[in-house]
Amino acid sequence: MGETKRYTNSTTGGPVFVDVKDDKIVRMYPMELTDEDAPNWEIEARGRTFTPSRKTTITPVTAAWKSQIYSPKRVLYPMKRVDFDVNGERNCENRGSSEYERISWEEALNIVSSEIIRVKRDFGPGAIMSTASSHHLWGNIGYRFSTLFRFMNLVGFTYADHNPDSWEGWHWGGMHNWGFSWRLGNPEQYDLLEDGLQNTDMIVFWSADPETNNGIYAAFESTPRRFWLKELGVKMVFIDPYHNHSAALFGDKWLAPRSGTDAALAAGIAYIWITEGTYDKEYVATRTHGFERWTEYILGKEDGIPKDAKWAENETGIPEREIKALAREWASKKTMLGAGGLGGWGGACRATTGNEWARMMICLIAMQGMGKPGINVWSTTQGAPVDESFFFPGYAEGGISGDVDNAASGYEFAYRMFANDRPTRNPINSPQGQHIPRLRIPEAILEGKLEWRGKGFCGANVEAQFQKYEYPAPGYSKIQMYYRYGGSFIGTMTETKRYVKMYRTDKLPFVVNQSVWFEGEARFADIILPACTNFERWDISEFANCSGYIPHTYSQCNHRVISLQMKCIEPLGESKSDYQIFADLAYKLGIGDIFTDGGKTEMDWIKQYFYATDLPKGITWEKFLEKGYYVVPNKPKGSKSTPAMRWYAEDREIDTPDWGPMPSQQVARKGVQTGSGKIEFVSTSLERFDPNDMERHPVTRYIESWEGHHSPHYAQYPLQVISPHPRFSFHTMGDSKESHLNEIRDHRVLAADGHRYWIFRINTKDAEARGIKHHDLIKVFNDRGVVIMAAQVTERVPPGTAHSYESCADYLPLGEPGNSPERAGCINNLNSKRFMGKNSYGMASNSLLVQVEKWEGMES
Amino acid sequence: MKKVNMMIDIARCSDCNNCFLSCKDEHWDNDNLPIAVSQPRFGHRWMDILNIERGQYPLQDVAYLPLPCMHCDNAPCIKAATNGAVYKREDGIVIIDPVKAKGQKQLVEACPYKVIYWNEESQLPQKCTMCAHLLDDGTWKEPRCTFACPTGTLNFLYLEDDEMAEKIKAENLEVYHPEYGTKPRVYYKNLYRFTKCHVTGSVELHDKKDCADGAIVTLTNVGTQQNIVTETNNYGDFKVDKLEPNSGEYTLMVEYPGYGSKTIKVDLITSINVGSVYLTR
Ligand SMILES: Nc1nc2c(c(=O)[nH]1)N[C@H]1C(S)=C(S)[C@@H](COP(=O)(O)OP(=O)(O)OC[C@H]3O[C@@H](n4cnc5c(=O)[nH]c(N)nc54)[C@H](O)[C@@H]3O)O[C@H]1N2
Ligand SMILES: Nc1nc2c(c(=O)[nH]1)N[C@H]1C(S)=C(S)[C@@H](COP(=O)(O)OP(=O)(O)OC[C@H]3O[C@@H](n4cnc5c(=O)[nH]c(N)nc54)[C@H](O)[C@@H]3O)O[C@H]1N2
Ligand code: SF4
Ligand code: SF4
Ligand code: SF4
Ligand SMILES: [Ca+2]
Ligand SMILES: [Ca+2]
Ligand SMILES: [Mo+4]
Repeated sequence: MGETKRYTNSTTGGPVFVDVKDDKIVRMYPMELTDEDAPNWEIEARGRTFTPSRKTTITPVTAAWKSQIYSPKRVLYPMKRVDFDVNGERNCENRGSSEYERISWEEALNIVSSEIIRVKRDFGPGAIMSTASSHHLWGNIGYRFSTLFRFMNLVGFTYADHNPDSWEGWHWGGMHNWGFSWRLGNPEQYDLLEDGLQNTDMIVFWSADPETNNGIYAAFESTPRRFWLKELGVKMVFIDPYHNHSAALFGDKWLAPRSGTDAALAAGIAYIWITEGTYDKEYVATRTHGFERWTEYILGKEDGIPKDAKWAENETGIPEREIKALAREWASKKTMLGAGGLGGWGGACRATTGNEWARMMICLIAMQGMGKPGINVWSTTQGAPVDESFFFPGYAEGGISGDVDNAASGYEFAYRMFANDRPTRNPINSPQGQHIPRLRIPEAILEGKLEWRGKGFCGANVEAQFQKYEYPAPGYSKIQMYYRYGGSFIGTMTETKRYVKMYRTDKLPFVVNQSVWFEGEARFADIILPACTNFERWDISEFANCSGYIPHTYSQCNHRVISLQMKCIEPLGESKSDYQIFADLAYKLGIGDIFTDGGKTEMDWIKQYFYATDLPKGITWEKFLEKGYYVVPNKPKGSKSTPAMRWYAEDREIDTPDWGPMPSQQVARKGVQTGSGKIEFVSTSLERFDPNDMERHPVTRYIESWEGHHSPHYAQYPLQVISPHPRFSFHTMGDSKESHLNEIRDHRVLAADGHRYWIFRINTKDAEARGIKHHDLIKVFNDRGVVIMAAQVTERVPPGTAHSYESCADYLPLGEPGNSPERAGCINNLNSKRFMGKNSYGMASNSLLVQVEKWEGMES
Repeated sequence: MKKVNMMIDIARCSDCNNCFLSCKDEHWDNDNLPIAVSQPRFGHRWMDILNIERGQYPLQDVAYLPLPCMHCDNAPCIKAATNGAVYKREDGIVIIDPVKAKGQKQLVEACPYKVIYWNEESQLPQKCTMCAHLLDDGTWKEPRCTFACPTGTLNFLYLEDDEMAEKIKAENLEVYHPEYGTKPRVYYKNLYRFTKCHVTGSVELHDKKDCADGAIVTLTNVGTQQNIVTETNNYGDFKVDKLEPNSGEYTLMVEYPGYGSKTIKVDLITSINVGSVYLTR
């Protein structure tokens, strides 16, 4: 028996120490810092000194990681669909029904490489489509922006662009009121922790649940901050159709608007502030644009409907008196608006009316003096006083691809990483090439024709989202091969039986899936290539640092922890690192030495990466290898703090370390990135683009949801479901796979048949009316499909509202795939594929009407 | 000598389950002899998180009660074991011996807290060990669950019994189910959030459609004639907490200057939201 040795690694839920013995992971746990590590920051506020713990935090998904590594759902060998013959009958229509057989790596690599060569020769590289899912096992070298893009850029491919799913309403809507295109419409967050602790009286969490979402990737780093704020007497109000977990722990008041009506609630609040004169008149006069015209809309002079509290009550279901009380309290206190869990985001932005919600949030905080002390958009998750001048890139900065078109490499990293070397680029995946929006992959394959505006994340400038695209692009072939990396979309995209139907057709002649686990979409591939987890390979990364469209994301953390992600165990079965799989394929394709840059191992890349960052300023390579992590020192005590948007409120040049606004998009280095240079109630960019678009009008307004209580099909499907991000899993990561998360009482429910059902939360009255009892199996349905779930009967949603998290990791049809009830829990089978608006190509995944009945089995 | 104790603050627990999962991480697929052998992948909750919703929309609240073995000083499981299979260590930890306890399924029923689980594969009764193997090893100063708890709900206290007694007094700690009489070493703070009930409501000044801020709410127990007086907040909401479930009939009187008062009868079985109370002039 060997010794137990402590390794370091990191995850989407925080960095960890990993104890390993005899090539087996014994345990993993949060890191405890030592005296050798950099000392804490301290914040003085209201007579107290606040300083964080010397321990990092982890999320549930990380606490359950070991059970996912050693999971019976791991893909351990290359697999081939039994009835797939690359040289004969492919039986594409059997995808999802047929079994798999184990094949050798040699055979798998030969089939995949020969298909890549055939498709390139006969149809051109644009006929290969590839895309990964959003989230990846942690590590900047292995990440999809890095290893996958390096390979695909060298081979050539049409990338199925990700819609800005996290941002939607802020991207397609908010950006038109205040710019921030480099953050896809979310605001900067610098030094807001200090500002909040010192100056804020109240926080309105509007579509924000930081105890669940942790901003993003930041584990429970912000939890102590909310306890501190409570101790200081800061009041916390929650606006959410679900009595969310932060509300349960910290809420002083909970308001549950009917889904899709948040903008009406906001208009009602604005009406009270305008009629009672309780807004920041000086700020509105000097720092904003279009207030008078917007006021005409709010007061009803434009459309004859005053947006008063009575009107808002009718739309939202919240009593008039409470709307008034909130408006008055907000106006009388220095208030942070926690709009979305990151400061930006929020389930409300991924909805039919998401644009107008985000735009209304901007209008409200502008009315109260955005950027003045204690008044900002802040959800307590970002803005710790860490040192942003110490350079270490996030995963979105491209790693070993150096891709400057589709990663944030070009901002500062590619030049450091590839100072003496060549980064990779792919002309097909540039604005001139061929594209497919991820939400329309099925239509691209099945219908072969698409038109839309905006390629993926439109961060270059505000106008980028107006650009028109078509598929197939001129001169390009239609897709012949799908190289899918991961298998989540049936659980995460919209109206997702479409994806199932797409796979079961010979319009898509070849599908390869490179996956760690046998998840929903993996069951639809012809060849499955087994990737290993980040605990079975080397990598390097920082706690919660994704960067890209969230510059300086690590300010969510109390300590900047950069880790060497050590290979803790040998890859299980015959699985390999994604890098090794691509290297092997690259050699088959004759580009092996180009892909590996002359034979570099992952460790060679890590070393090159290390030297491209500021790490050598703080620690030697040798020491880093031995110790496994480095804590970036904070700025010296007494360094000047530069709170977000204070510069704007005070009409100064920007003094924060933010990446934008670019000088080209400002006049004389002043103002925000809008036509007027001011925060806009009436958008100048929309006025210029399409002043008559009633779904996204220049004048910020409430619009009725097309999948809501005004919809014609509401009578038939009278339950409004919201489907936010799952509390215990990280999207599909951690769910199913026999992981320990599956046994958490609020994650899945074990039924008598031995299956663990996904949870559907329904109000006591709605359940009683349907004869449904707690933990009964129910049939959740509409015209788009049927999903079988377990009912959780609760008072945490109002009558008429229901709640079921998105991102079930599996897809288990009870009959023919794509045409039968589903019982893994894919609520996204049921939402609409319709884009948020005719000019906003985002998902309205959180707007969903259903009916529910007790499930009596297939015969009913 | 110093002994182990656990202090659990119900008001801080968010149901994140880090404790439940870290416990599994430690004890699933790891044998830690002589303290314990591996627990199965599913089926055991050595650290269980119980939950309760009190009251009705929109004034309900929720609470979670993390439930490990209580490491009782007067432990029924020890008495129910044959062959000395369950023993108390000097530091207060109660251990089920993974060799001697083989086949002793009666232990599962012996624990009044129901924290002993049956392992079908190894034919063993199993439960929380307070991570004794880690404490003994010396590399860990606390168990896995308390170490991974991000809210400060779980606190491991290694104290002399008289130091602990002071702590219990200073922090108003209680044991769960004192009526079992087992002398637990696990103590709870704010236990009322789980075991008591509340009466809530929301008061409107009906003519103005405004929330009644500062309305006086008097809850009177009809039997004892005892009064509890509270005030509404700026949303017109009130909450009287720490009431005994099934404590009979109450009257609830709401008063606001310039408005007629209202009285409501409440039969208190469990937590209740009386709903909107409309005051008229
Ligand atoms: N209803 C509803 N739907 C939503 C949302 C919502 O609010 N409501 N939110 C949307 C948002 S914001 C997002 S970000 C999306 C997320 O949706 P997705 O991006 O589709 O989901 P992920 O879970 O991130 O998918 C990760 C996949 O990559 C695989 N993978 C991870 N690491 C590796 C690796 O190292 N190698 C390989 N080969 N594969 C790997 C995983 O196994 C998994 O299959 O969901 C969106 N969908
Ligand atoms: N545990 C966990 N954490 C995560 C993720 C995860 O999958 N799991 N995903 C990460 C990712 S990719 C992202 S983008 C972020 C997302 O972070 P957010 O966008 O902030 O998170 P959501 O869960 O979508 O929504 C937050 C809250 O909005 C509420 N909500 C939903 N619809 C509405 C509405 O119409 N109106 C109002 N007022 N509230 C509404 C939900 O009930 C929820 O409590 O989270 C990140 N963090
Ligand atoms: S809680 Fe149950 S198992 Fe634990 S010591 Fe007490 S009686 Fe024994
Ligand atoms: S003390 Fe150890 S064994 Fe007991 S619940 Fe906590 S982690 Fe599990
Ligand atoms: S880890 Fe702490 S906060 Fe989380 S469930 Fe356990 S006791 Fe509660
Ligand atoms: Ca700063
Ligand atoms: Ca593209
Ligand atoms: Mo997201």
